[in-house]
Amino acid sequence: MSQALLNVRDLKVAVEEKTILDGLNLTVCPGEIHVLMGPNGAGKSTLAAAIMGDPRYTIEGGSIEFEGEDLTDKAADVRARKGIFLSFQAPQEIPGVSLESFLRTALGAVQGKQPKVMAFRRALAEKMELLNMDASYSERYLNVGFSGGEKKKAEILQLLTLQPKLAMLDETDSGLDVDAVKTVAEGIKAYHNENNALLIITHNAKILEGLDVNYVHVLDDHHIVHTGGPELVEQITAHGFAGLLKGADQNGG
Amino acid sequence: MADEVKKTQVEDIDRSFYDFRYEVNASFQTDAGLTPEIVKQISEEKNDPEWMREFRLKSLEIYNRTPLPNWGPALDGLNMDGIVTYVRPNTEMQAKWADVPDDIKNTFERLGIPEAERASLAGVGAQYDSEVVYHNVKKEVLEQGVVYTDLESALKSDHAERIREHFMHLVPPTDHKFAALHGAVWSGGSYVYVPAGVSVEIPLQSYFRLNAPGAGQFEHTLIIVEEGAYLHFIEGCSAPKYNVANLHAGCVEIFVGKNARVRYSTIENWSKNMYNLNTKRAVCEAGGTIEWVSGSFGSHTSCLYPMSVLKGEGARMEFTGITFAGNGQDLDTGAQVIHAAPNTSSHIVTKSIAKDGGVSNFRSAVAVTRDAKNSKSAVSCESLMLDERSRSDTIPVMDIACDRVDVGHEAKIGRISEEAVYYLMSRGLTEEDARALIVGGFAEPIAKELPLEYAVEMNNLIHLEMQGSIG
Repeated sequence: MSQALLNVRDLKVAVEEKTILDGLNLTVCPGEIHVLMGPNGAGKSTLAAAIMGDPRYTIEGGSIEFEGEDLTDKAADVRARKGIFLSFQAPQEIPGVSLESFLRTALGAVQGKQPKVMAFRRALAEKMELLNMDASYSERYLNVGFSGGEKKKAEILQLLTLQPKLAMLDETDSGLDVDAVKTVAEGIKAYHNENNALLIITHNAKILEGLDVNYVHVLDDHHIVHTGGPELVEQITAHGFAGLLKGADQNGG
Repeated sequence: MADEVKKTQVEDIDRSFYDFRYEVNASFQTDAGLTPEIVKQISEEKNDPEWMREFRLKSLEIYNRTPLPNWGPALDGLNMDGIVTYVRPNTEMQAKWADVPDDIKNTFERLGIPEAERASLAGVGAQYDSEVVYHNVKKEVLEQGVVYTDLESALKSDHAERIREHFMHLVPPTDHKFAALHGAVWSGGSYVYVPAGVSVEIPLQSYFRLNAPGAGQFEHTLIIVEEGAYLHFIEGCSAPKYNVANLHAGCVEIFVGKNARVRYSTIENWSKNMYNLNTKRAVCEAGGTIEWVSGSFGSHTSCLYPMSVLKGEGARMEFTGITFAGNGQDLDTGAQVIHAAPNTSSHIVTKSIAKDGGVSNFRSAVAVTRDAKNSKSAVSCESLMLDERSRSDTIPVMDIACDRVDVGHEAKIGRISEEAVYYLMSRGLTEEDARALIVGGFAEPIAKELPLEYAVEMNNLIHLEMQGSIG
């Protein structure tokens, strides 16, 4: 097995003194696709937020290692520059900052040098076309007045632009129509390669179409209670979480 | 900014950009303080016509009997007995930069003025302390009959009568104490005359630089734009920092003819020992338009509320302003409008930012007379406070004497969303950059109205001000 990209060990996370995750373990290697499922409120988004470094969540125990480096105490921007990315469920609106200038600033921050304007523009236009985004969106203020679907596409556009090593997608498919889910899935496929990895939080098998999922984890009772292969997605889609939740065999990835 | 205008550049702005200063090398300066003798001395030095000399002395009387305003920012730090009202730089006005003395020329070189002139301006006036030291206008503009010069020269030309008919008619010395002071000791500034039907496609710019410590600058700008004409006038101001108070009590009067349009853009970036008590006013005849674009960043204390009098039917005003108050600054800014004719409209949009204990207040005054039926006024003011110590208030006043009008006011005061900061950080931006980006975005709708070099300057200033603000 190659060196792990992400190593979450015995993680305990609280928000406003309420423990959400406890004893959570997860290892993700380059090239892998992990799917995280579980009932509402189980803490799936909390895990993604804790890995990204959301300051509202307190890490009370355990560690988050990325490429062998302990990032548990590092701020979100440090983690982003190391190659961690999160596609948010509810992306923030930033008035007065165009999508294009934001992406150029962010790419400059991640790469450590400003990208060349014309080349950047061309690459951006290609990616927007892949995502069926109208070219005019690059001049619009970031997420301001975007529909739910447009915001999610803009998140995937950021993913494609920043090319992180680990991409976490937090219900990127929720609230999208069938065509938009397909487009987003195309974007994810275009991003994925043997050197990067995905952690996809979803209730919906559609977004996984065309992706070679390696592991499916079920999160419940503060930690991962079941891990299986891609067949688990169909099982859960058809029968729900019956037989997979607490009391079942624990097998953290 | 019009597309055909070539963009100018301002490189590398930081506060030290303005903070250089040269030895005061004056050919004449008055004693500090204010007496009839000093006013007479200024009048003599300037070779005023008799009516102006009387006007000055009368203004001084008004000044002496008018109390300080009993509202707005404190003016305690301003000791008028310590202010030198007139400092003549050691040169005559020149039309070639090469003829301007080195220390003064270097000042304007460092501020990028000659470069901006070459790149994108139709004419430039540069004032150093009390007098205009450089003035030049493109030939094509002069050939259209446009006059752009310093007010003193204009007073000795065939425009003398026109000046007498307009000078301080819009802002009379009785308006307030500092208008009276201005009337007594005014010096320098600009006179602009655009004949009927002439459109000055490229902006004219005046730059005011106060170099002498403890001095006042009292320039007078008189702009007359006749029927159907167009003018874009840009004004920039700066000064190096001293630890004694300096005073700027300038006055701008703009006469907008029938169906004429004037755009007046200004960036005030005085040093933080400056009291900026400036009075600006425009009057619009029927169908005329006045557009104000105003950025206030510098000074210790500012009181600045440009007024537009919509005198003729269908006259319009637009005001776009931004104010950024940092540590130790009390910036009291806003806009005033009087709707005095039917079908007039006003639109005021402002943003203010306060940080590090700075105070940024917005005042608006909208008056609608009985005759102004079918008029419209919309005021929108947004404030952003960057920390707990800073203050921002909105003080709207409305005086509506006509019931067939549409008047709206909208105010929003907020803080930077921590969730937005985290969102940007999750994309690799440092906390400082994330905050600066959000503040820059807040200011953007105003920035895009500014001449480009000033928009760049404002953006740099925001980044500079945001540095080290993360505790």
